[in-house]
Amino acid sequence: MLGWELPPHNSGGLGVACLQLSKSLAKKGTRIDFVVPYVGHEQFDFMNVIYARLAHPWVISGVYDSKLYYEDPTSLGGDIYTVESNYQQAIEQVVSEREFDLIHAHDWLTFRAALRAKELTGKPLILHVHSVESDRAGGKQGNPLVHEIERLGLSIADKIVAVSQLTKQKIVHDYGIPDSKIIVAHNSLDQDYMEELQGENEYQLLSRLKNEGYYVVTNIGRLTIQKGLSSFLRAAQLVLQKKPKTIFVIIGSGDQKRELIELAASLGIARNVLFVDFQRGKRWRDAFAVSDLFVMPSISEPFGLTPLEAAFYGTPSLISKQSGIAEVLKSCLKADFWDIEKMADQICSFVEHSGLKNALSEDLSKELMKLNWDTTAEKLLSTYRQHHGVLVT
Amino acid sequence: MSRKSIVLYLHVHQPFRVRHYSVFDGGVRSDYFDAEYHDRTSNERIMHKVAEKSYLATNARLLDLLNRHDGFKLSLSITGTAIEQMKRWSPESLHSFQKLTQTGRVEIVGETYHHSLAFFYDRAEFQDQVDQHRRLIEETFNQTPTAFRNTELAYNNDLAWWADQAGYKVILAEGWDPVLGWRSPNFVYRPTYIEGNLKLLLKNYKLSDDIAFRFGDQSWAEWPLTADKFSHWLSESGDATNFNLFMDYETFGEHQWHESGIFDFLSHLPNAWLSNPDHDFKTVTETVDSYPTTDRVDMPFVVTWADTERDLSAWVGNSMQSQALEAIYSLKDAVLRSGDQKLVDDWRKLQTSDHFYYMCTKWFNDGDIHAYFSPYDNPYDAFIAYMNAWQDMRLRSGEF
Repeated sequence: MLGWELPPHNSGGLGVACLQLSKSLAKKGTRIDFVVPYVGHEQFDFMNVIYARLAHPWVISGVYDSKLYYEDPTSLGGDIYTVESNYQQAIEQVVSEREFDLIHAHDWLTFRAALRAKELTGKPLILHVHSVESDRAGGKQGNPLVHEIERLGLSIADKIVAVSQLTKQKIVHDYGIPDSKIIVAHNSLDQDYMEELQGENEYQLLSRLKNEGYYVVTNIGRLTIQKGLSSFLRAAQLVLQKKPKTIFVIIGSGDQKRELIELAASLGIARNVLFVDFQRGKRWRDAFAVSDLFVMPSISEPFGLTPLEAAFYGTPSLISKQSGIAEVLKSCLKADFWDIEKMADQICSFVEHSGLKNALSEDLSKELMKLNWDTTAEKLLSTYRQHHGVLVT
Repeated sequence: MSRKSIVLYLHVHQPFRVRHYSVFDGGVRSDYFDAEYHDRTSNERIMHKVAEKSYLATNARLLDLLNRHDGFKLSLSITGTAIEQMKRWSPESLHSFQKLTQTGRVEIVGETYHHSLAFFYDRAEFQDQVDQHRRLIEETFNQTPTAFRNTELAYNNDLAWWADQAGYKVILAEGWDPVLGWRSPNFVYRPTYIEGNLKLLLKNYKLSDDIAFRFGDQSWAEWPLTADKFSHWLSESGDATNFNLFMDYETFGEHQWHESGIFDFLSHLPNAWLSNPDHDFKTVTETVDSYPTTDRVDMPFVVTWADTERDLSAWVGNSMQSQALEAIYSLKDAVLRSGDQKLVDDWRKLQTSDHFYYMCTKWFNDGDIHAYFSPYDNPYDAFIAYMNAWQDMRLRSGEF
């Protein structure tokens, strides 16, 4: 398997999904060599991690945001294309030394290396798409070179795995790939990786405001255009006209941060919007726990794990219909990302009717119990068998 | 030769800067102004630095000049927040200011205790802060101000009317060309619409900025500026009576470093100027008592001494600033009702205009000077720290 990141050196959901998926596949008897492009010492008992000694993890973790290095390739302390092509060379070394049956590569950064591996060995190639460039560019074409790498990889791959129907449609739309070449395998949440809440909540300010009758509505994520946070703020403005005792919390960092702060101020709602830096660990967990409602208003979210993480900490979500998770999760509120009034209406109802909150929470916990990676792993295994069988005989 | 006076007025101020107060501090600790010593927002560290580079160094020279030249005089305004900080972290600085006033030739100008914009937001609160400042000045310097300056020299006809009613003899403002037209700032004026005897002194910003901004600029055609050259310019200026040199006190040693020669300039100025028997120095009140008024000046709109616009846009120009201002004044009733003196003090410290200045986003023209004065990386960080502190204050005041 070729990947770009694994926890703890992950910048987002990609590393988490790769790890949890690998674990589930391994449990079902798959032997996995997982190659990442950085130096590290973590190992996992269910797979063999190969650290291609190319870069420090911090170089890797910044590059997922393709806009950043497109606009300023030097901003990451190294040229991403160099790192990416070094990774390709490292893969050449790996494939010459190891035995394997097929190649499974995650997202565009590994695509050229995966193509090279296929070229050298003739093994079947499965490309797993967690997001496409137009997702990351907020609906625009994005970085043309990345677009080209994706087009090439997806055309040559033997099979493509998309994390949602939404992503599958984008692959078809953006790259003209035939529908039949793409299977959908939704991500999931492995609760073994979730840490329980402990001790006093870190957000005392919010707890105290809740005691005074306030509701806390939160978003956690990168502050980029893809995440639809300006709609969130515009919906907040409508909510506050009806429910002034609502606090909106935006947790994260990103290129849109200043714009969002100015927007909150110019909408006249700065008193009810808190901006909090990117958080990990206890402060990340406590943020879900202190919230009444989690909102993920993404313009385009290939999957979107955070509503499941929120659910684990007992918090229901309002999610945009333009997300992969909306195809899976039933016990939540849903709205189109552009439908600010609907979002505002749902938040108001949620605040108004404790019955709605209770019902959502109850159904959500039942849904969460049933959630695991088994179905996804089974789908992949069947794809593996299909291609392995065809090509090796 | 007609009589001519230099009217030197220096403004001393330090805000209580808000530390990087986060959402995690809210509801837990209310120490908004207590940064770690080495943080850029540390008020204690900044006071130590400014005391060493500016207050002590400058006051030593001013005291020497006052002792050497009977004709040397000046006016000072010192905010309540600056005096509070000196009491806590640099009592020797406060003492050095007291030594100046003990000569009887240094006039203290009145203003708001907290260097706030309260005049434009809450008139009763403004009056309270002016009263609080007057009591502190009486207590500290044994003087009752007869001159008034508003924060950032923000002035309009309304303020003049208030100052007149309050019995002040003189009020200070910017001598801004669009207001003065062909008239010169080097005379005594009266505000329009007033009934009493209030006079108006207008800053000669060209001469003031020669010292405050251009002094150390080696690309300036007049560099290096000497006391002799400066005195010569003034003496050549026809029938002008008073040269109102108004500036930040920190011009000496902080904005213009010791190495620029600014202290030499200061030390030689009285000698150079007083060598002509028709020349003298006057304090602001003395000036309006000595010279006749020439005309009335009408300023219906707010004029300040800041930036190229000379308005309040550096404090209230963007929506972060107006939201923050609106937020802080909205707590007034709850804060005052609480009877909690610490809460009232903290609330007033959050009214200091500097907090809003740090949120200014006018980067491209005046931004360099704003960045120089801000202890935050950017205006957004300033806004976030301020609003987090505000959230905590809302909890303390019980205003939901």
